[in-house]
Amino acid sequence: MKVLMFGWEFPPHISGGLGTACYGLVKGLVHHKQDIIFVVPKLWGDEEPVADFVNASDVTVDYRQRKFKDIWKNLTYLEVSSFLVPYLSPEEFKKYTDYAIHDRVDVDESIFSNKFEFSGKYGKDLLQEVSRYALVAAQIAGSKEHDVIHAHDWLAYPAGIAAKQISGKPLVAHIHATEFDRSGESAGGPVYEIEHAGLHAADHVVAVSHLTRNIVINKYGVHPDKVSVLHNAVLDASIIESKVKKKVPEKIVTFLGRITFQKGPEYFVEAAKKVLQRDPNVRFVMAGSGDLLNKMIQRVAELKMGTKFHFTGFLKGQDVDDMYAMSDVYVMPSVSEPFGIAPLEAVRHNTPVIISKQSGVAEVLQNAIKIDFWDVDAMADAIFALLHYQSISKMFKELGSEELKNLKWEHVAAKLVTVYDNITKE
Amino acid sequence: MRTICFYFQVHQPLRIKPYRFFDIGDDHYYWDDYSNKTIMRKVAQKCYLPMNALLLDLINQYQGAFKVSFSISGVCLDQFELYAPDVLESFRKLVATGHVELLSETDAHALCSLKSKGEFTKMINAHREKIKKHFNGYEPKVFRNTELIYSDQIGAMIADLGFKGILTEGAKHILGWKSPNYVYQNAIKPELKVLLKNFQLSDDIAFRFNNKTWADYPLTTPKFVNWINAIPKTEETLNLFMDYETFGEHQWAESGIFEFMKALPEAVFNGSDFGFSTPSEVLDKAKVIAPIHVPTPISWADEERDLTAWLGNDLQDEAFEKLYQMEGLVNQIEDEEIKRDWAYLQTSDHFYYMCTKFFSDGDIHAYFSPYDSPYDAFINYMNVLSDFILRLEKKHKEQLNS
Repeated sequence: MKVLMFGWEFPPHISGGLGTACYGLVKGLVHHKQDIIFVVPKLWGDEEPVADFVNASDVTVDYRQRKFKDIWKNLTYLEVSSFLVPYLSPEEFKKYTDYAIHDRVDVDESIFSNKFEFSGKYGKDLLQEVSRYALVAAQIAGSKEHDVIHAHDWLAYPAGIAAKQISGKPLVAHIHATEFDRSGESAGGPVYEIEHAGLHAADHVVAVSHLTRNIVINKYGVHPDKVSVLHNAVLDASIIESKVKKKVPEKIVTFLGRITFQKGPEYFVEAAKKVLQRDPNVRFVMAGSGDLLNKMIQRVAELKMGTKFHFTGFLKGQDVDDMYAMSDVYVMPSVSEPFGIAPLEAVRHNTPVIISKQSGVAEVLQNAIKIDFWDVDAMADAIFALLHYQSISKMFKELGSEELKNLKWEHVAAKLVTVYDNITKE
Repeated sequence: MRTICFYFQVHQPLRIKPYRFFDIGDDHYYWDDYSNKTIMRKVAQKCYLPMNALLLDLINQYQGAFKVSFSISGVCLDQFELYAPDVLESFRKLVATGHVELLSETDAHALCSLKSKGEFTKMINAHREKIKKHFNGYEPKVFRNTELIYSDQIGAMIADLGFKGILTEGAKHILGWKSPNYVYQNAIKPELKVLLKNFQLSDDIAFRFNNKTWADYPLTTPKFVNWINAIPKTEETLNLFMDYETFGEHQWAESGIFEFMKALPEAVFNGSDFGFSTPSEVLDKAKVIAPIHVPTPISWADEERDLTAWLGNDLQDEAFEKLYQMEGLVNQIEDEEIKRDWAYLQTSDHFYYMCTKFFSDGDIHAYFSPYDSPYDAFINYMNVLSDFILRLEKKHKEQLNS
């Protein structure tokens, strides 16, 4: 099967989990002898050659051709609303919208030039890039032979839809996160519109968890028969033996992630207080940054646990690994997490994990303690138990790594091939 | 005449309430009264009351030719007293017919036979007293250990306590080519006779009755009578052992399980050379065929028929070890509430909830567990146990000082 796949980023140049997931999936598909044409807005040249990469920035499009007219008509909406930049935290969002409102220009005719240099980032011109990307997609769909189209998340949905209009091949819309995960119940606006259009235009939808599948069905009104679940997997399931030693005698309990509404940091802070009241020999760490960081610092001070609760700021690279290795417990109290790969990283460091039931990863990871994100008592109780009752950590270590070994991208890709087979047969 | 021996296990654990670590040292009441009561009332309505009424009718109808036996755990009797006196009364009526045998067991449906002879003996005596009290001085003569757990050693202890027989599982790996349909004897103390469950025919009723994917579905009495007629003539005892909750609770009334049981005696009397006996009658009449060797403990649980439903993973082992480390201290303490909690904490179900071996196909375990996961079960139990240990130590100090 020849798959025309549209993504937004690809390792090593990634800013989120989307690129990593695409990489794993492509590798899995290659294992099953599928030919992948992988399109990204911008190629850097140092990507691992697992697919036939197409750099959208290199594609010449003659926008005056008739076939693009209809597509363009549908995309003008995006161009016009492109000053509304989503996919950012609310804090960053505000910064960018302020900027865009002052800087805004109406749709210009430069669109009818030949090439478009994409940034491939999540910047202020994001919506504009998304719509240009769709035009490029139409061009590619007309020139590259393929059997099926596969688009990752809303950024690539207009591209997927455009490609389908040109080639008439079936479209798979892969959903890694929805606007409801990012903005809560009040989701709306252009991103929601694009997601809605993509999910409905698709011949089949692939969601990263049952949680996400339910959102697709209930909030976007997609027919349940059209939506499958393909959980994410891990590229490397090996256990990471770290030489890092913590320098404090106390046990360390860690939150590691963006400090935003979606990740539920405030529940972690409240749970910390409850644990410290009982057992002062624990230190809590909140690693990451985000718009709720200051609020969290304030709350920690208010609860007078500043000497036991620490903030590291944004961590990357080796620091992240070290943090996992030093932790005695890792907590992911996400309010809404389509999948959430971080707990699996913690497992690789032999660190026991507590995850919220509102995360997709809870559907695949058995050897973890699962709590409702809002149930601060249960969270505190689980932290206490992991620190005091040795046998759970022991079992997690024994069974957790075994479990990881079964989360293979080859298995995910095998299911995806079945999806491809079914929709191309129809 | 050949005989069918029905034995039903009647048991409900005292479930622990959600108990957080902040409750340790503060809240000393561990039991989930609401769910214990609700579950007891539900099972009473669905199973105990209708099934007891049905059995009473059958016993009366066949004037004693139809008979059954029960073992009712002490922790279950306590809950009958609290939440279901009507059920207790209906059991009394059954026992009063003289055609129902009650078996002995550990008071708390515990696993102490694997750990402490002292505790094991105490729990058997406690249960004997409860049975005496509730059933007009009745004294059990035959023993049935928690979940049919048995080994040569356990059998020897039971023989020392003066029982004439014990019930256990006819596990494939101990029987080999031998048939469960004979009376065997303990390998250490030959005076103790051993009755083995015919798991094929027992489980046809208990587990497969309403399984629509089973080739023999639906199970009817003529079919069942055909099967028992196919048992070689020399094999004289058919032991059908099962959870009493099979009737109406595991197999719902809609499955036709009550109708099946109602029609079974008639079908057996008319269509076969089988009758019905209690375990004591079987032990008195049938001759012993051979010793049975069970060097490591067996049970009636799961495909393995071993102890791994309750013990063996790190969670279960830590909880079990910590609990029994307290035995010495408990024995020095005079306090009714502590003694009661000590007993209830030993109930096997708490350890069953911590079983991890069925993560993939743990339907049976999940069905019986009030917890989302074995880890939750372990955490809750350990919190309670931590409080219990603090209480013990405190009480012990007080006693020393006074």
